[in-house]
Amino acid sequence: MINRPLALKLLSAFIVFGAWEIAGRVPVSFAFPTFIESMQALFRLTIEGTIFTAYAETLKPLVVGVSISAFFGIGMGLWVGLSQRFEWLFSPIFIVMQAAPLAALIPILVMAYGIGLTSKVFVVCIMAMPVIVLNTASAVRNTPASIKDMGKSFLATDRDIVLKIVIPAASPVIFSGLRLGISAGFIGAILSELKITPTGVGDIITYSRSIADYPSMYAAIFSIIVLAVLFLNLLERIEDFLFEGNNRGYVSD
Amino acid sequence: MSQTNDAFEKSEPVDMDSAVSVRSVSKNYGTVEALRDLSLEFPRGQLTSLLGPSGCGKTTLLKIIAGLLEPTSGEILIEGKKVTGPGADRAFVFQDFALLPWASVIRNVAFGLELRGVAKSEREAIAEKYIKNVGLSGFEKSYPHELSGGMRQRVGLARALSVDSQVLLLDEPFSAVDEQNRRKFQEDMLELVRNENKTFIFVTHSIEEAVYVSDQIAILLPRPSRVSEIIRPTSFRNTDVENIRRSPEYLDIVDQIWASLRNYVE
Ligand SMILES: Nc1ncnc2c1ncn2[C@@H]1O[C@H](COP(=O)(O)OP(=O)(O)O)[C@@H](O)[C@H]1O
Ligand SMILES: [Mg+2]
Repeated sequence: MINRPLALKLLSAFIVFGAWEIAGRVPVSFAFPTFIESMQALFRLTIEGTIFTAYAETLKPLVVGVSISAFFGIGMGLWVGLSQRFEWLFSPIFIVMQAAPLAALIPILVMAYGIGLTSKVFVVCIMAMPVIVLNTASAVRNTPASIKDMGKSFLATDRDIVLKIVIPAASPVIFSGLRLGISAGFIGAILSELKITPTGVGDIITYSRSIADYPSMYAAIFSIIVLAVLFLNLLERIEDFLFEGNNRGYVSD
Repeated sequence: MSQTNDAFEKSEPVDMDSAVSVRSVSKNYGTVEALRDLSLEFPRGQLTSLLGPSGCGKTTLLKIIAGLLEPTSGEILIEGKKVTGPGADRAFVFQDFALLPWASVIRNVAFGLELRGVAKSEREAIAEKYIKNVGLSGFEKSYPHELSGGMRQRVGLARALSVDSQVLLLDEPFSAVDEQNRRKFQEDMLELVRNENKTFIFVTHSIEEAVYVSDQIAILLPRPSRVSEIIRPTSFRNTDVENIRRSPEYLDIVDQIWASLRNYVE
């Protein structure tokens, strides 16, 4: 028997794809293929191997950018959250970064770092980092004072307090920041391929649009979404594995 | 002990064998004066309650004894040694339990030992023993959110007991626990005091609870707080737990405390 959440997920996928199929058949626009056409194109791209070579290219800035953002973003968030002094200095930077129109920054990045991998990694980082930093910092600041006192009274060192209390307590919010950051990183990776130089999946999108092969274009977009969803699910598994009691809510009376 | 003006007080106060001494402690939070020149002795191996209306500085005093807060002036001595911070000689039981929600019962109970670097198998064996002591056998693998308030506080108590400190500090430990559990807890406290050779400092705002469990009751008056009376129940301490609440002295003391506190209840 299929469990209920899975059944609901399948149902909602079915409704979305069904609506897509119908919209494609009406058609809403001549540039909007049906779901089945898109899947056929995806199948073709997979058989030809095009999609794999494309992802080999796209994943580079994505993986590098997301790793940097996760590592430094969490690190910086911890630092900003733990220090009372630097909060006023750093938070505004990331709030501005989060709000900045990225498209306007891209020409500047290209001027500074050329059209290679570096610029693309930057775009991913600019998209992914702020929300990770801000979530981490606010989660750290909101660690319940009483469990920190508990740690101190049982002789925890500052290091113990950070590693055994602050980080686990902040982890649900840190992980939700990571999820948002990684989603934004995916957008950044594709955006950089569309705006800087067409490579990888961005190239499939640009190229197939230029020759009016819309099913391939939508197949590429669809594959990104699937990949992002899979990745976020994986992250959720990791979180459940690491902090089992957390996802069932905080103890409060 | 100039602030002590009590008929109930027996003759042997100051040079009693005290495990904890509070000497002229004052504490200000900015302009708020929470404690002013408070002195108090805690006899070794006995349970002393700090009783007073809420906001009168009981938690503040307890945290200062715990070394979690610095007094503005004055000092705390534990076995004659001045307190400069948290120490292995004291363990704290928190009003809101302060359990780690992501950790199982056994890890929570063993957490104090974990912080002291005790090896996993050893600390879990100790934790196991105290989990059994507080009546939570079978819940080792549960998480705090799966337990009732009373059970969570038993975890908090087991954690404090398992580090085997000389002094146990309890901040309104039963205030978030339902009435039946609270009574059971109070009986267990009496047994703990009798069996464990520890000094208990027990904060409460319940008059009945204080009289029921204490060897000595210090009544604190509202801010800036000082000790207004020290009461030492004598006759019913060695009677059966069931008979304490019927003893005339118990009832007298409850009445007497209420008489002195009622002026401070608005
Ligand atoms: N961190 C703090 N900052 C400012 N005032 C505080 C702080 N903690 C406690 N107080 C004040 O000190 C007084 C005593 O508080 P507390 O020790 O918590 O009382 P109790 O535990 O007896 O209810 C209260 O009036 C409270 O408002
Ligand atoms: Mg209090």
